[in-house]
Amino acid sequence: MADHDKLTRRTALECMIWAGTGVVWTMVGGIPRSQALAASPPGTGFSFVQISDSHLGFSAAPNTNVTETLQAALDQVKAHATPSMMIHTGDVSHLSRAAQFDTAWQMIGATGIETHYVPGEHDVLTDDGAGFFERFTKGGAHGYYSFDQEGVHFVGLNNVQGLQAGGLGNLGVTQLAWLAQDLKDRPASQPIVVFAHIPLWTVNAEWGWGTADAEQALALLRRFGSVTVLNGHIHQIMQKVEGQLSFHTARSTAFPQPAPGTTPSPGPIKDIPAGKLRSMLGITTVRLIQGNSALADTTLEA
Amino acid sequence: MRHIAFACFLAWATPTLAEDVSIDNFVFKPVEITIKAGSTITWTNRDDIPHTITDAAHPPVFHSPALDTDDHFSATFTTPGTYHYFCSLHPHMQGTVIVR
Repeated sequence: MADHDKLTRRTALECMIWAGTGVVWTMVGGIPRSQALAASPPGTGFSFVQISDSHLGFSAAPNTNVTETLQAALDQVKAHATPSMMIHTGDVSHLSRAAQFDTAWQMIGATGIETHYVPGEHDVLTDDGAGFFERFTKGGAHGYYSFDQEGVHFVGLNNVQGLQAGGLGNLGVTQLAWLAQDLKDRPASQPIVVFAHIPLWTVNAEWGWGTADAEQALALLRRFGSVTVLNGHIHQIMQKVEGQLSFHTARSTAFPQPAPGTTPSPGPIKDIPAGKLRSMLGITTVRLIQGNSALADTTLEA
Repeated sequence: MRHIAFACFLAWATPTLAEDVSIDNFVFKPVEITIKAGSTITWTNRDDIPHTITDAAHPPVFHSPALDTDDHFSATFTTPGTYHYFCSLHPHMQGTVIVR
């Protein structure tokens, strides 16, 4: 426990270095090393891309063509070294409509890249999310599931249902029991990637940007040597390192939201100078080399 | 907090019979409304983001579908009491209906 605490303090001090529009850091033996983008590791190992918050169906300021910006994001994914897979951290649609799901399915499917999804609150507006789960989370009837790839254990969680008045995101006892079962026989040396829509750390309680019972999930994850937690929902990059847990939120492909506390409420930033929208949208590339993860955020345009 | 206190004061001093509540910038306006039993409240979403009107009771007695921009939802309150509700998509958004 003492070692754990020591590591927590040390990593907290060393982890956060920003490099332009992106930060890259690697976890080596539990100790993160900050690197500028240009010094990122060579293109070996296993990489995947995170996209988020495509909000198909949204059509207002600052983005009346979210289909076009999703396509730009997908084009950018393909322009990089082709990733092994993609994850979409929710709010695929704006209003859970079948046509919005269809469009996303076809556009993302056309990349030919295996893609795993978790729901955002905009994806479960009808029939308790049944329409989304049937199509996008076939392995998880309630939007959560796990799988292994290249020795990495991926866990997709659903924290957008059963929300309580005044509260935050919610996993619920059933999902937490499933997670405990899913993790219990895994060696602590196996790298874990957790992805869910709402941040699993409290970015801003006043705006509901956090998950009420996240701590119970994180308690199950702390024994692992490398845990990367990827979220969306807030449409901007935020990151935090806590011991072996590395948290990161992605940009949206549709519209940016304000930094907490800078405006009275969340919601789309509408007054964006002409031509600047795409500099506030983007994708995240995650590279895993021998269990260490390196993340790079890139915008759709400079 | 100051907003809530202010709205309480208004409602207490001059009970409003208005039956419209709007949603603006992730806030129910007014955040607390006092009506006569039998009145109908109509909520209108003025945001570009969908919201719901969901009873905070377990189980909820009223629960709107997701309201897109300018969509409406109405509920009639026949029994005196205090009803707390929230947006099930953005649960930090909360409001109160007092039926007299």
